[in-house]
Amino acid sequence: MCNTCGCNITPGNRHLARRTQPAGTTAVEVLQRLLSGNDACAAGNRTRFDATGLLVINLMSSPGSGKTSLLEATIDALADRVRIGVIEGDLETENDARRIRAHGVPAEQITTGSACHLDAHMVAGVLDHLPLSSLDILFVENVGNLVCPAGFDLGQHCDVVLLSVTEGDDKPAKYPVMFRAADLVVLSKADLLPVLGDFDPGRARQQVRELANAAPVIEVSARQQDGLRAWTDWLLGRLQQHRADAGTQRAASAPALRYRPVGLGQSA
Amino acid sequence: MHELAICQALVEQLDGVARQNGASGMSAIWVSIGPLSGVEAELLRNAWPFACAGTVAEHAVLHLQPSSVRVVCRQCGAESEAQANRLVCGACGNWQTDLVSGDELMLTRVELVHD
Repeated sequence: MCNTCGCNITPGNRHLARRTQPAGTTAVEVLQRLLSGNDACAAGNRTRFDATGLLVINLMSSPGSGKTSLLEATIDALADRVRIGVIEGDLETENDARRIRAHGVPAEQITTGSACHLDAHMVAGVLDHLPLSSLDILFVENVGNLVCPAGFDLGQHCDVVLLSVTEGDDKPAKYPVMFRAADLVVLSKADLLPVLGDFDPGRARQQVRELANAAPVIEVSARQQDGLRAWTDWLLGRLQQHRADAGTQRAASAPALRYRPVGLGQSA
Repeated sequence: MHELAICQALVEQLDGVARQNGASGMSAIWVSIGPLSGVEAELLRNAWPFACAGTVAEHAVLHLQPSSVRVVCRQCGAESEAQANRLVCGACGNWQTDLVSGDELMLTRVELVHD
């Protein structure tokens, strides 16, 4: 499908593109995704990641769901096995990057000012400051927000969404765009489940399924280290799979790996 | 509030369309927008005047074309309408479905003015 010859006009969308126009004007059919500029930059990022077999994970949640705490626990748990780097996205402060660096891994902070999400250009802007070729996994901790980050592909390979058990178990139904795109849902702060009593992990899981998403839903407490093994096993599995795919692609002399962009769908 | 950023991306695209077609301005544009696009139509409409001011699209009327959420079932093959937060098959109730439409955020058509 392209925007040049008209092959992207289908019976389903023809009525959107063709109508009569007033005298003195001409009309052109476009059918181009509004975020195609971001998508092109994200594809560039992905090509750069794939050149060294780096697995990139976009970590998203509402503010205060424990993304940074989960990363700290992950870095400690995988210290001897996996070389990790982190990009931190926040509206203001270097606090989170400092927390991560204290665990001995490289971290770059992006402060977005008033922007509520990271986009592919912001991520591209800090990649030169990270030792990409000597990392196995790069986490991008997105701005705490369950709405806007879902719309912007950064070049990542996986989307992980945290839902802390102090939030409602109906969050997946309230924020379908975000949870529909998740490759893994982490129910964080799970050590509080017995105290709270009103968060039903089964209900949260069911709502993820009703978004036609088969992603695993796991319970993790970064503080108590409960369920951390399920999370790190998932990560290691993904890393292994990623490298196997990259090897197959290289053997076939194929172009860079292609992955499904987040949230926003295909252009035609 | 990423709608302003979306509008700015739209203006960039429109600039390219005008240049490719040698147009001096545009009178109307059409954007198809689905409930699962992550973008609120009303906010997009509010952000548009700020984003298009002083650009080739300054006088263009923005037409937003809402699309409906439709899924096709992996089990029974039926295509049905669905709610944005409940993408289950309308025929058999199975949750394993694929989205047919509803996540679009697309510039579909531009009406150009030539001097």
